[in-house]
Amino acid sequence: MRQAIARAWASDFMWSFRHSPVAIVSFIVAMVLIMAAILAPFIAPHTPFDPGSLNLMNGFSSPMQPNQFTGEVFWLGTDDQGRDVFSTILYGMRISLFVGFAAVTFAMILGVTLGLIAGYAGGWVGTLIMRVADVQLTFPGILVAMLIFGIAKGFTPIHLRDQMAIWVLIFAIGLSEWVQFARVVRGATLVEKGKEYVQAARLCGRSGTAIMVRHILPNVLGPVLVIATISLALSIIAEATLSFLGVGAPPTKPSLGTLIRIGQGYLFSGEWWILLFPAATLLTLALAVNLLGDWLRDVLNPRLR
Amino acid sequence: MLAFTIKRTFQSFIVLLVVGLVAFSMFRFVGDPVDNMLGQERTGADIERLRGVLGLDQPFPVQYFKFLKGAVQGNFGVSYRQGRPVSEIISERLPATLELAAVSAILAVGIGFALGVFVAIRRDGWVAHTIMTVSLVGVSLPTFLIGILLIYLFSVELNWLPSFGRGEVVMVGEWRTGFLTKSGLQALILPSITLGLYQMTLIMRLVRSEMLEVLRQDYIRFARARGLRDRSVYFRHALKNTLIPVITVTGLQLGSIIAFAIITETVFQWPGVGLLFINSIQFVDIPVMAAYLMLVSVMFVAINLIVDLLYFAIDPRLHVGRSGGTG
Repeated sequence: MRQAIARAWASDFMWSFRHSPVAIVSFIVAMVLIMAAILAPFIAPHTPFDPGSLNLMNGFSSPMQPNQFTGEVFWLGTDDQGRDVFSTILYGMRISLFVGFAAVTFAMILGVTLGLIAGYAGGWVGTLIMRVADVQLTFPGILVAMLIFGIAKGFTPIHLRDQMAIWVLIFAIGLSEWVQFARVVRGATLVEKGKEYVQAARLCGRSGTAIMVRHILPNVLGPVLVIATISLALSIIAEATLSFLGVGAPPTKPSLGTLIRIGQGYLFSGEWWILLFPAATLLTLALAVNLLGDWLRDVLNPRLR
Repeated sequence: MLAFTIKRTFQSFIVLLVVGLVAFSMFRFVGDPVDNMLGQERTGADIERLRGVLGLDQPFPVQYFKFLKGAVQGNFGVSYRQGRPVSEIISERLPATLELAAVSAILAVGIGFALGVFVAIRRDGWVAHTIMTVSLVGVSLPTFLIGILLIYLFSVELNWLPSFGRGEVVMVGEWRTGFLTKSGLQALILPSITLGLYQMTLIMRLVRSEMLEVLRQDYIRFARARGLRDRSVYFRHALKNTLIPVITVTGLQLGSIIAFAIITETVFQWPGVGLLFINSIQFVDIPVMAAYLMLVSVMFVAINLIVDLLYFAIDPRLHVGRSGGTG
């Protein structure tokens, strides 16, 4: 076990990680934020969405200053209903990250599967898949996500819309990002398909599915990982944008984007902290994941640059 | 050239047909149009009658064809929410979006291009370094945060510019323009910067990298060896050859401006079609969504087609490659 760790530590991958300050810093920042989101119920000083624990008198407390009525101190202040901004950010980040990861996973599974089929099987199915991808690529991802969100919302029964919003969001963002995965996997599969190990596997009588999943898939995972990281940053921003526009996470389950939407309303009345802190968190999160993705791309696949 | 044009036009046509199918399916399958139009006290006979009137009892391809025919004539039915013809609502709001998009595009292309050339020529100066670093942040910043930031700075803190709306507008024929009044022009400043900033950084970075690439080529070295002045080398020899990829990407970016206008229009409550689209999603107003989808697709497909044809027309190497067969 120790040997395995030592070998991993000495690998090219870890070497370039240890020698890139940007990668180390953005990795630490991303990890801290992700852990904070996962552990939100334990870290958060308040449970912002339990109406019983809220005190309206605490509304609009400034950061780090005792509230003028109750004397309570909130690190990052409170919003109009007396919810602790720090706690809402932790819970909001939880939703943002959950939607981001789930959307990327969905896009990855869909894109890799379709890419493998298009690359390995080809034929009219492959042509059809890539034609659909081309058409979708004509439109910006965010527009596609909005449209799918709108259509999927139309299919959801009205009383379930708020509960289902998160899943609809994941579906919409995931569906808007599968194209990148499919294109890269298809390209890599076309290259791998001609190699000898694939021919050997075919001669051994393995089925097409087995060759795709067991032989080709492990060899095309490198670029998939790169796209997944970049796509995570895109998904987080897309989620925030949709929620900000009011076509994403509902106010009862606010993500960072929803919090920024709420905070924007207080910009003119001087309660800057309701807006600033969620916005800064979103920016830090997106930037950290983005830089990590850039670094990963340079290490794993210099050609993609 | 002719074969290429015909093929590309045909492809664009297919894309539009597919998008039309999506838009039509939205009408047909998302919610029941009869349900939406009839009130609570309907009878089975009412439903049957309306189905007949709307043509919903006809086979799918016939309905699709009818929808396309309507769409070509600009007829998208009646908004569920506002109860007015969709075409009327859209044509009322389209000028706002087009004016915003045009100003942003001019800003993005003009400033982006100039800055790109500048940072390529003075690439080791501190000004160029600063611009490049700032642009990196600009690319990571989500559009809506840029908008909020600008509002905070120029509307809340400095109180120089309006934070929402179009200001006073003047009717020029059917076109409602904000270009002719002072408040209209003031209202245009912040939204157009917000919308143009991302495209501007993209264009700047692209121009820079293309320019650096070209400056490395032999003919630039020969031009310098001949003793040409810097200005002549940069602007007459180098710049021309950076234009081809820049035109392509810029053209495609113009399409994104229309799409990203949705975000900017929401931040600034700009009364254009983007804001209309967002509201239609919130209220699941299918006819408006379908019409917007068709409208945007036509613009996108047209832009893509023009860019492709332009690319072919500008770059002489493509002609040689085709007719000579040496590629």
